[in-house]
Amino acid sequence: MSQLTNFTKGFIKENPVFVLLLGMCPTLGVTTSAINGLGMGLATTFVLVMSNLVVSLVRNFIPDKVRIPSFIVIIASFVTIVELVMQAYLPELFESLGLFIPLIVVNCIVLGRAEAFASKNTPVSSLLDGLGMGLGFAFALTLLGGVRELLGSSAIFGIDLVKGDLMLVFILAPGAFIVLGYLIAIINKLNKAH
Amino acid sequence: MASKRESNFVNMVVTLFIVSAVAAFALGGVYTITKEPIALARKAKLESAIKAVVPDFDHLSTKVVPVAEGGDSLFLYVASKDDQVVGTAIKTYTMKGFSGKIELMVGFLDDGTIENTAVLLHKETPGLGDKMDQRKSDFSLQFIGKNPENFKLKVKKDGGDVDAITAATISSRAFCDAVQRAYDVFEKEGGAK
Repeated sequence: MSQLTNFTKGFIKENPVFVLLLGMCPTLGVTTSAINGLGMGLATTFVLVMSNLVVSLVRNFIPDKVRIPSFIVIIASFVTIVELVMQAYLPELFESLGLFIPLIVVNCIVLGRAEAFASKNTPVSSLLDGLGMGLGFAFALTLLGGVRELLGSSAIFGIDLVKGDLMLVFILAPGAFIVLGYLIAIINKLNKAH
Repeated sequence: MASKRESNFVNMVVTLFIVSAVAAFALGGVYTITKEPIALARKAKLESAIKAVVPDFDHLSTKVVPVAEGGDSLFLYVASKDDQVVGTAIKTYTMKGFSGKIELMVGFLDDGTIENTAVLLHKETPGLGDKMDQRKSDFSLQFIGKNPENFKLKVKKDGGDVDAITAATISSRAFCDAVQRAYDVFEKEGGAK
């Protein structure tokens, strides 16, 4: 596999949300607006890139039997770093994402990529894989958040297009499932057409 | 590719020890760096909330009032200008929100009139309960200039004077509960004469 496909496969072909269906908890929970989706996506991207890189660097040093606990410690450290930095410099965003930042630790995408890719590949490929997967995740969350925000509160990135609310159900939990379902259907259709 | 290290006891213990130690040092470092900005951000938020709910002031004194029923303490911030008390901001809370705790800052003038309110923390439903935030709707504006002495802090459904947020009666009730709690403390502390 060339380095370029390591990077690009995360967007559509192996998009973590739309195709691999990983990390559904933050996907459904935080995407009430486009900006929340983007913030969560970028935070996860950072964690993914860093954990993939570090896991790949130490992959030969870690005995097989303790690799999962080691990966978890590495991932948890980066998540805590993101949490502290966000709290310090982006308090507004931290407030709206709140609970979900610590939950990046248990996001299957991060451990999944560490285990399935980074522990078997070179640091450069792993870094690109993390970046691609992370940006694919961010793209999916932003898209989902954007659609829900547009249909639910008739705004995009917090800018009101029409005064008032449209269909509130899209902001609430059921709306997340409905929008996600349709988006997955569309992406599947696109993938088949290729 | 170099072969993996063997999974024997010593290797595993040493590896986990090193991984944890490095992680601990990294986290300690980041914590030290971000400690101050986090404290500053929190303080700035609190101060801007106090500023929003009481008239102009140049001095602030803090009082902590424990609440009997085992809940959190309320914080009183007495604001004064030129040694004259201009108002009291009270950090209050309620557990009756639709999704748990809500924290408010409520400002009272000396006679008990509500000067303004600000939401510090809530987890209410976006698009419904979150309208208690002044940035989202005018709901909380109806409290301004009202004195709880003759303004019943209950939604109209419950026989009070407050117009509830449409489709978010529980959040509106919770909001009233928090303001009421603040007013009770305000009275108890001898604020309203």
